Amino acid sequence: MSTFPITLQSFGPHAIQIQWPNTVSETILNDILAFESHLKNTLFVDDEKWEMVPAYTTLLVINRNSELTFLEWEAQLLEAYHQRPSTKRPKRFLWKLPVCYDMEFGLDLMEVSQKLQLSPKALIAQHTAQAYTVYGLGFLPGFMYLGGLPKILEVPRRTDPRLKVAEGSVGLAGKQTGIYPQESPGGWNIIGRCSVPMFNPKKKDPCFVSVGDKVQFHAISRSEYELHKIEGEVGIYKLEKSTIDD
Amino acid sequence: MIRVVKAGLFTTVQDLGRFHFRNKGVPVSGAMDAMAVRKANSLLENDLNAAVLEITMTGPTLQFEEPSYIVISGASLSVTLNNAPIKNYKVYKIHSGDVLSYGRLEKGFRGYLAVKGGLQMPLFLGSRSYYRPVTPKNTVVDGDVLPFEPTAEFHPKISEIKVDSYLDETKLGVYKGPEFHRFPKSEYDTLFKKVLQVSKENNRMAYQIVENGPGHQESMLTAATLPGTVQWTPSGKLIILMRDGQTTGGYPRILQLSDAAISILAQKKTGDHIQFNTVDQ
Repeated sequence: MSTFPITLQSFGPHAIQIQWPNTVSETILNDILAFESHLKNTLFVDDEKWEMVPAYTTLLVINRNSELTFLEWEAQLLEAYHQRPSTKRPKRFLWKLPVCYDMEFGLDLMEVSQKLQLSPKALIAQHTAQAYTVYGLGFLPGFMYLGGLPKILEVPRRTDPRLKVAEGSVGLAGKQTGIYPQESPGGWNIIGRCSVPMFNPKKKDPCFVSVGDKVQFHAISRSEYELHKIEGEVGIYKLEKSTIDD
Repeated sequence: MIRVVKAGLFTTVQDLGRFHFRNKGVPVSGAMDAMAVRKANSLLENDLNAAVLEITMTGPTLQFEEPSYIVISGASLSVTLNNAPIKNYKVYKIHSGDVLSYGRLEKGFRGYLAVKGGLQMPLFLGSRSYYRPVTPKNTVVDGDVLPFEPTAEFHPKISEIKVDSYLDETKLGVYKGPEFHRFPKSEYDTLFKKVLQVSKENNRMAYQIVENGPGHQESMLTAATLPGTVQWTPSGKLIILMRDGQTTGGYPRILQLSDAAISILAQKKTGDHIQFNTVDQ
């Protein structure tokens, strides 16, 4: 188990940020998640007022009801970090997400192919070739910040953002790829559409993905897309997932 | 139940917020001016988290179909009950058929209507606060029906309180945010001396400020944000996140509003003045 030089910052009366070294790395992310789970089982075990939000290199701890005395909590959290037993981060999953790259959905697929000098087929092959790590969830309910896009797929965001991007649209922008979980305005280049909703408020856990999980896209046909949609509506669609081994 | 005759400009159902889903990107939502809601619910001896109506600037016309008790709070909105004016922070008895009408905005921006026992809207992820896509609706619309448990008899321990008007307050108490130290002290000296104006870009998600600070090139990785977080964009814009604000952001989080300051800001509209005021430094 590696131990990093963490620092703490006060963030108003109800929150304290824990900062790991400022590098995007899975080792750091896993250490953040292991510490988050340690805190859940120790300092914050009985108190439902605590919430934690991990993202990239930080963990925010929030207590909405109490005023946190920074110096007191800084000492407690540092001690908890440096004296924690060797814990593994909680179980994480690799999710296989079906994407239909049909032109009807992939509004910018042709344009991006030309810009990247790849055939649409090669672009799809590159986009689906690896798993992406979820470094954060935010911006919109169920929006994933994904890391691990191959350099060959880096393309600037559109100069004219769209006022409406459809729910489920899969996009590319700079070093990022991701899915719009709801219809929203947006400037990403749209290359396909995911058939699985990323956010469902009717479920106890409205977003099946957690920070630290991985997602891998796989190409599906237009008819498979429609079938998934129908299966989703009647509640029989099952997502493919596997446990990530450390 | 309440029958919504006219919905008003932007009327929503709110409680104190939706918690434990920020790590899935779900904003906390809840009443913008939580202070006004806590007081109204206290007078009715409700759970402090009981759901109320949040009324923005131009209010609704509402007809009660069952008896209850109500308290209005927050902004001064010239409210009448069966055409007779009523006051903020006072318990009123409601008879079946009574009509509550909102008039001209006098002071503040957001008013609240609390009903004995709270509005019984369905819970979504543990809260009744309207926020699409979590709730099916974003606002109350004409013809809506808002359920509550009727109360024929209630003897409040305290039937009226006087609230020192915070509606005229312009000073917003702020704490240091996580990126506070990335900028020189002189920047804050200038910022804190300035009287700032609320831009027309203001809503439940965020309040923008008309005056720009200097631009900067501080970059950071996306990290968690809170209601009341003051972000400073590279072009110099100041954005104060509010209850429906996104749960993560990539702009330096220079300051954090106190709870009272969030309530004060919630009562400001386009063109109103504010000034940052340190709490702890």
